[in-house]
Amino acid sequence: MMNTINASGADSTEINQRLSQEDGEFFIEGCLGQRFLGAGMGSGKHIRISGIPGNALGAYLNGAEIETQGNAQDAVGDTMNAGRIIIHGNVGDTAGYAMRGGKIFIRGNAGYRTGVHMKEYQRHIPVIVIGGRAGSFLGEYQAGGLIIVLGLHDDGKPIVGGFPCTGMYGGKVFLRGDASHVSFPPQVTLRPAEQGDMDEISGHLNDYCRVFGLDSARILASPFTVITPNSKNPYKQMYVTN
Amino acid sequence: MKINYLSPEFEVIRNEDRCIKCRLCVKQCANGVYTYDENKQTIVIDETNCVNCQRCVALCPTRALKVRKNDCGLRENGNWSENTIREIFKQAGSGGILLSSMGNPEKYPVYWDKILINASQVTNPSIDPLREPMETRVFLGKKPPSMVRKEDGSIDCSLPPQLKLDVPVMFAAMSYGSVSYNVHKSLAKAAQVLGTYYNSGEGGLHEDFYCYGENTVVQVASGRFGVHKNYLEAGAAIEIKMGQGAKPGIGGHLPGVKVGPDVSRTRMIPEGTDAISPAPHHDIYSIEDLRQLVISLKEATGYKKPIIVKVAAVHNIAAIASGIARSGADIIAIDGFRGGTGAAPTRIRDNVGIPIELALASVDRQLRDEGIRTNVSLIAGGSIRSSADVIKAIALGADACYIGTAALIALGCHLCRSCQKGKCNWGIATQVPELVERLDPEVGYQRLVNLITAWKREIKEMMGGMGINSIEALRGNRLMLRGVGLTQKELDILGIKHAGE
Repeated sequence: MMNTINASGADSTEINQRLSQEDGEFFIEGCLGQRFLGAGMGSGKHIRISGIPGNALGAYLNGAEIETQGNAQDAVGDTMNAGRIIIHGNVGDTAGYAMRGGKIFIRGNAGYRTGVHMKEYQRHIPVIVIGGRAGSFLGEYQAGGLIIVLGLHDDGKPIVGGFPCTGMYGGKVFLRGDASHVSFPPQVTLRPAEQGDMDEISGHLNDYCRVFGLDSARILASPFTVITPNSKNPYKQMYVTN
Repeated sequence: MKINYLSPEFEVIRNEDRCIKCRLCVKQCANGVYTYDENKQTIVIDETNCVNCQRCVALCPTRALKVRKNDCGLRENGNWSENTIREIFKQAGSGGILLSSMGNPEKYPVYWDKILINASQVTNPSIDPLREPMETRVFLGKKPPSMVRKEDGSIDCSLPPQLKLDVPVMFAAMSYGSVSYNVHKSLAKAAQVLGTYYNSGEGGLHEDFYCYGENTVVQVASGRFGVHKNYLEAGAAIEIKMGQGAKPGIGGHLPGVKVGPDVSRTRMIPEGTDAISPAPHHDIYSIEDLRQLVISLKEATGYKKPIIVKVAAVHNIAAIASGIARSGADIIAIDGFRGGTGAAPTRIRDNVGIPIELALASVDRQLRDEGIRTNVSLIAGGSIRSSADVIKAIALGADACYIGTAALIALGCHLCRSCQKGKCNWGIATQVPELVERLDPEVGYQRLVNLITAWKREIKEMMGGMGINSIEALRGNRLMLRGVGLTQKELDILGIKHAGE
């Protein structure tokens, strides 16, 4: 059964209380900047949102699925553990901060610091797919997981802003197309994606394309660039015991 | 190349007459100072890696060993100390940032030692804690600024979530990774018995310790290691670590060698990977951003747990604390520049931050001046060494204190300040299984319980001496303090009078 929550005039806490009362399908209509929606919520909930949710949408998400028809703001999926967040528009800064599991699918562009400090552990591998372009500091301190940027935007801007992958020491970043014009720090390596790399992401891309009604064959047909860190112990040589 | 040569810092003296060649020292020293020469049937000593942790001395069955500072040093120089020269040699040889551990050992003023406590004489009676009830229980959390009555006239007793401490001392954050499993077990069990709290630190919470959740503060730091819904739910409170007294302004790096299977599982990162906590939380650039993290944690845990924000004591601490008190946080923990650490760059540990005494006094005053003191409770940490320090901290405005170093000393730490090497012979700051097992958590927890029980008795005696029977009546009660040998400026900042005034 679909539970419809009218968000106009309601604050974040009221909406979250409604969401936590039971599992099932929810539709939040008229959302206008309410923060923290779905924070920490577990599997068994599918939350669709119309309007614009506020910051920290799906923070600490623990298995629920959140889908928003428009844009989302900052800190989407902050420290998210499991579940899926689907954004049909653009997202603000720090989406997927310290995310350790689950997926964030963004149809449009992402702001600064997307996927900062993402990490993985055994089978918990977080995935962020950005349809358009990403802002500066993409994957800063990335310690695990997959960040995929498709560059389907058409405003002529570069696929990623400045200083991507700074301090990266785990995981992989995939940029669709040639990334030779992008300046990367010395502690990461760029190479064209091979079949093994593509096998790693093709399942996620198929899911992504299914969600947004895109042609996965066309997207997968372009070459991808993979960025990986040179070391999982980047600071080993930096210190001397005193 | 012997350009860098300096004779070892310490000298081991073995009394040949007493030594029975049992080789216990050989087994006990993880730094490889002792080896047994089978041919010559003697113990060979090389002090190059000796850290003076006193393990061999303590365990030698015939007391045949002595470790002392090596007097074969450089020509004395008031400006260029031997330590300074040693550090230049190390950096010239390696190009590395100097890495140290435990709290700032330099000779900065210790204000606790320049503050004296009052006692009652003649004009008001002191109280005998052995005969009369003394209240040491405190509640940490936001308090309503005034009494509120419901419509029917009865008092509205509802309160935001509080931490209940039977004694105003908590164990400070020390992550699993920086310290051993057995240290965490000792702290957790002691906190439970004492009716107080220990702190998981930023390395997640080991699955075996979820059962101590009611006495656990779980920490969320910039690396967000091991942070997930169950972890947040497990603790009695959540602490956001913005800074640490030993290394204000920088993050932490747990080296991959300390990330074995168990630490890896707890931190939820692959084995052997460095665990890097960036210097800032990259989603917090303002008080408004901090508020967002505070409220998001409350939303995720149903507003049932107080949120602590831990900051290092730095120059503008009073203004920073004022911001935090308006961020929705329930408790502010301030960590002074003498606070301990498992590893910090030497220059930062020894030169950055300010003393907790001054920071605490100015934060308490600022919050009172702004009328927002009841918005938050204050925890003071960063070298609380005794019950007298606790009393002084409370009289300067703290609600409770954090102890880290003192707790580790109770567990056997001899303050050799070599945690960063990961070979702690006392089984504390190490992940090497055969070293970890040297600390028996059953013994460890009992020693912590003993320490805090003893402090509690002393606190009651000092309170009784002042004619105070409730610790709440001591909080911010600066009339109970006097300074000795302090300048007027220092007295003004502390908000106390000079002795004799």
